[in-house]
Amino acid sequence: MVKKLILTIVLVLCTYPTFAQHVRPENIIRFGADARSGAPYCFADPHDPSKIKGFDVDIIHALAKVMNKRALFVQNSYEGLISGLGRNNYDVVIDGIVITPEHLAEVDFSSPYYVTHQTIVVPDNNTSIHSLEDCRGKKVGTLTGSEAFMFLEKFGGLTILSYEQEVSGYQDLLNGRIDAFIIDAPVAIYYVPTVKGLKIVGGEIDRLMYGVAVKKGSLVLRDELSAAIEKIKHNGELRKILEKWKLWNNNMAELTEDYAPSENEPTEYNSFVEAMNRSISWQERFDRYLTFLPMFGRAAWTTIVISIFSMMLAMAMGLILAIIRIYTPFKFLAVAYIEIVRGTPLLVQLLLIFYGLPNIGIKLDPFMAGVIGLGLNYAAFEAENYRAGLLSVPRAQYEAAKALGMTRWQSLRYVILPQSIRLVIPPITNDFISLLKDSSLVSMITIIDLTQQYNLLATTYYDYFGIGIQVALIYFIIGIPFVIVSRWTEKRIRQDGRLRRKRPGLKLIR
Amino acid sequence: MQKHDHSGHSALIRLEGVTKLFDNTEVLKNISLSIFEGDLVSIIGPSGCGKSTLLRCINALEIIDGGSVTVADIVLDRREGTNVSYSQIEKRAHRLRQSVGMVFQTFNLFPHKTVLENVMLAPVVVQGMEKDIAREIALRQLDKVGLKNLADRRTDQLSGGQIQRGAIARALAMSPNVMLYDEPTSALDPELVGEVLSVMRELNAEGMTQIIVTHEMQFAKDASDYIVFMDKGEIVEILAEEFMVEHPKDERTQRFLKRIMSVGREDINNG
Ligand SMILES: Nc1ncnc2c1ncn2[C@@H]1O[C@H](COP(=O)(O)OP(=O)(O)OP(=O)(O)O)[C@@H](O)[C@H]1O
Ligand SMILES: [Mg+2]
Repeated sequence: MVKKLILTIVLVLCTYPTFAQHVRPENIIRFGADARSGAPYCFADPHDPSKIKGFDVDIIHALAKVMNKRALFVQNSYEGLISGLGRNNYDVVIDGIVITPEHLAEVDFSSPYYVTHQTIVVPDNNTSIHSLEDCRGKKVGTLTGSEAFMFLEKFGGLTILSYEQEVSGYQDLLNGRIDAFIIDAPVAIYYVPTVKGLKIVGGEIDRLMYGVAVKKGSLVLRDELSAAIEKIKHNGELRKILEKWKLWNNNMAELTEDYAPSENEPTEYNSFVEAMNRSISWQERFDRYLTFLPMFGRAAWTTIVISIFSMMLAMAMGLILAIIRIYTPFKFLAVAYIEIVRGTPLLVQLLLIFYGLPNIGIKLDPFMAGVIGLGLNYAAFEAENYRAGLLSVPRAQYEAAKALGMTRWQSLRYVILPQSIRLVIPPITNDFISLLKDSSLVSMITIIDLTQQYNLLATTYYDYFGIGIQVALIYFIIGIPFVIVSRWTEKRIRQDGRLRRKRPGLKLIR
Repeated sequence: MQKHDHSGHSALIRLEGVTKLFDNTEVLKNISLSIFEGDLVSIIGPSGCGKSTLLRCINALEIIDGGSVTVADIVLDRREGTNVSYSQIEKRAHRLRQSVGMVFQTFNLFPHKTVLENVMLAPVVVQGMEKDIAREIALRQLDKVGLKNLADRRTDQLSGGQIQRGAIARALAMSPNVMLYDEPTSALDPELVGEVLSVMRELNAEGMTQIIVTHEMQFAKDASDYIVFMDKGEIVEILAEEFMVEHPKDERTQRFLKRIMSVGREDINNG
């Protein structure tokens, strides 16, 4: 039983590379971006959410082509994009990353491929604000930790409110809680038209230069990228992309010394605004949800696979911990492990394993980090289940085995363990159901599980409700078989208990 | 009669000056006893006098604190001045347990296994016996205790008497030098006691050495070669002849016997 478990885990670890995108031919350039960061950088196409689009995406593909490579998208949370470079999760980051001294301390940048600025968004009916000067003495909102935030703090004389999401900022603009919202121009260009009652007023504030980030010291790659950027600047490719996305601006004209008027239709922009503004019928909404199913299927599979592997690890580790705790002099080690793991949040453990361990030279890919994080966490809980099971086997059983000449390990292996296993099946199944739900935390370490998929789709459509219900339902359905198993075994043990209690000597548990 | 010579020269089991402490109180005080091959010995005495402890010391479920225990060729010597490390003692104790069979008062067949599997387990696991051979031996032992037809039953489908007979078969499968029984019939309904005792009688007839802690005075009197009477951790008297059981010399033995003869076995443990 134990051997089988360990064997399975070893086998699993051997087959696991099929889950990781390890194989990387020379001619591939992996770019990290967050598909939830929204239009126009990198986002799921509202017309077909299985496709990733964005002007950053178009640009990196164009650059790759110049470099004779193929660009491959790697999803990563926005906050972790830079640290993912260090972990070699991808080769470059392109996601509206501004070249700043702070960023330059951590990564190297290509020459800028896009130059833009902050802009001011106000309610439709506002006539008093035309520039940043007009904002003095007023309440101004911006995104937490953004370039605008720092810029406004330096500018002074205004009350700054910071928001996690631009949607909440827009909402407060409409509600009159703030007078203006200051944000990167591309974001304003894309989202203001989708929110009724807002407009963009002039004011080119600050100067933002976007660059392609590479790992610190990857100077060859950096120079190749810069050369490629020069090339698409001069052959008009870059301008064509930006016009398609309605992002060509004065700054870019200056940068490329190309002052000719725009000639390309902003097709991507039009398609986006059209998709966002179209009010859709229930029928259309339902059809749209149906198109999500393959994506949710894949994500659910990821969730299930991670949960199962984590649980196997947890069961093996838990058993070892319980045995150490009960039968060896190293009890304190097991107790310390169990208490520490149970006393700290799972999310912290996951982040520590994924983002923290590389600092001491242990780099795990997301799948491994997720399985190990969840597995080691649940091992502490399984250890306690096993302990209860092992201790509930009557002492007389151990004595009988000993009197037959068995060693401690033999009695554990052939007498105590088999009897306790059936008692721990119901609590372990219950824990598996919790683990299934807790596995949603792996979305924080760049894995596209059900929760992450939900996030991606919901941010694309601003539809947290309908899609949320869909995802909740999927989690629930996955859990059902395990609920049934748990109920069934619980019932069987209770019946057995009634049967057995009639007999003296065979004390039953619970 | 050579069989009842207690001088201890070629005894199968020899206890010499055995002491056992629990929490600094002496539960066994300087016990010496020799038991010869083929003997059936009954141990009687009031509750708490150390009968179970004595049995558990003989098969090294408890390690003695002083004196020595010898079973066949295995010696656990804990006398002053002997220089054997504790781990050495434990190793010997483990070997000793393999050659001594024991049946307890509480029913403890392994509930996750069938009767047959119960009997096969130790030979396969401990002695490394081939499963086929172990099965054959197990069936023979089950036949001996009259359980062959129930070999595939789970233990929760057995009566108390059947469980205890199964436990005897399980111990016999290890081909022990001696069988120890600690009140094997005390948890049984009265009508089931006979079937267990008759198995022991049969084993006695086959020449198996057996030691039984019991309150079944009739059985002790009829079947044993002699009766050891204990009190407060000491052997008070060894009653070797039918005559002596009726007329013990020691006053404490007289009192104890008188009481169990007149009151019946349920009340003994309270005395
Ligand atoms: N593991 C133990 N730890 C501490 N004291 C013990 C232990 N086992 C037995 N004793 C004590 O040793 C003494 C002898 O116990 P033992 O079980 O040998 O008596 P007994 O003669 O078998 O009694 P009974 O007829 O009730 O079974 C008792 O006082 C008991 O409380
Ligand atoms: Mg006793």
